[in-house]
Amino acid sequence: MHHAVLDEWSRRESALHRRDPRAKTAALVVFLIVVTTSTHNFVVLGPAYLGMLVAGMAWARIPPAGALARAAVVLPFSLVFAGAVALAGDPQRAVLLAAKSYVSAAAVLLLVATTPLPALLRGFEGLGAPRFLLMVAQFLYRYLFVISEEAQHMRAAALSRGGGIRAGRTRFRAAAGALAVLFARSHVRASDIHRAMLARGFEGHFRLVRNLRFGLADALFLVPAAGFPLALRLALGGGV
Amino acid sequence: MSRRLIEVRDLRFRYHDGTPALNGVDFWLDARETVALLGPNGSGKTTFVLHLNGLLSGEGTIEICGVPLTKETLSHARRKIGLVFQDSDSQLFMPTVIEDAAFGPLNLGLTGDEAMERAREALAQVGMAAAENRAPWHLSAGEKKRVAIAGILAMRPEILILDEPTTFLDPPAAAALLQLLRELPQAKIVVTHDVLFAGAVAPRAVFFEKGAVVGEGTVPDVLQRFGWSGPLTGLRTLP
Repeated sequence: MHHAVLDEWSRRESALHRRDPRAKTAALVVFLIVVTTSTHNFVVLGPAYLGMLVAGMAWARIPPAGALARAAVVLPFSLVFAGAVALAGDPQRAVLLAAKSYVSAAAVLLLVATTPLPALLRGFEGLGAPRFLLMVAQFLYRYLFVISEEAQHMRAAALSRGGGIRAGRTRFRAAAGALAVLFARSHVRASDIHRAMLARGFEGHFRLVRNLRFGLADALFLVPAAGFPLALRLALGGGV
Repeated sequence: MSRRLIEVRDLRFRYHDGTPALNGVDFWLDARETVALLGPNGSGKTTFVLHLNGLLSGEGTIEICGVPLTKETLSHARRKIGLVFQDSDSQLFMPTVIEDAAFGPLNLGLTGDEAMERAREALAQVGMAAAENRAPWHLSAGEKKRVAIAGILAMRPEILILDEPTTFLDPPAAAALLQLLRELPQAKIVVTHDVLFAGAVAPRAVFFEKGAVVGEGTVPDVLQRFGWSGPLTGLRTLP
């Protein structure tokens, strides 16, 4: 299944996978701040940042092409805003907006693709993120998979009954009806999953097989991972 | 005399829209006993077993291993009772088989190593040890069912409840499941429409109708009494 790709990547073995999620999250936060605040010379800085991410992907043994393609999922959203900025008469800022959002999405994807979700959320918790918010995030993540599976089942069922050959208004009406059914079915399925979790003693907190340990190797990773993009920005005049 | 594990008296439950689902159910289960819950669709069988694990809460009394089931004793009940759901896909939500089997033990407060050890034992018990690093959604229906059972066995419950365990299983997988259940020492409640399976796994049956227990006895007797033995004609029994 396509939606399982990120999960599969996050379970691979590499030095980057083994780093404590808190170290990776801290490095990501610094990276995002550096990217966001880089206002000048992004023509050089952008590719340099992206190059660092590609190097990270190669180090983590995840396919850079596939990861970069998946990071493009953010573009439809950012292009809407970029388009509005361009229409307002600032095309340079529009390009910058789209480019920064793409680089940021690739950075987030690198973190998610090298850290299994339960460990990632535990890392966020260790950094002080509200537990309720994390619980919502973990259920949202799981339920996105559920909705995706239900949608695939419904699509197969519709196609098997000639659902793909209608056109125009009828098709729109059918799609709208299917969407309502999809959410109802997903709700039922999500409730079943939640019940199954409660039945096995779940009390709102995912427990890990191995507790997190922030060691020397994590510190040695964090210093260059956070320091290098910062140094690059300062050296190449990313602006203030 | 066998130890009483479950005692239910006058259990009543209505859904949010007021629809009555259980109308005064009385039920008991002893140690090492297996009981089949039979009855038509919508008769309240699944609603009833969801009460035993505290997933639904109605009026009446439920005692699990001598302890009244209340909000305060919920975790006790969930340690004692392992519930295997009808749809294994809803039960297997972790990324790998071993992590899924370890989910329950970790929630019991065991360390990671202890949980993994229990998970491996349970997977070996159901014959799925070789699949520990596979993704659950890549398994066949029969394998998923076995892993779902392993996830429950890893919690070492005293009572197993299986809701429609043969759904989605082909006959060889159903026979393998039957063999597995016969080998497990726990007391079991099997909710099923599969009368052959019920007859093969359970000496005693309880028949539900309109949210109440309307009869009990041996499986053939109950099937005969409620006119469910007809479909058996000409069918071979499972090994």
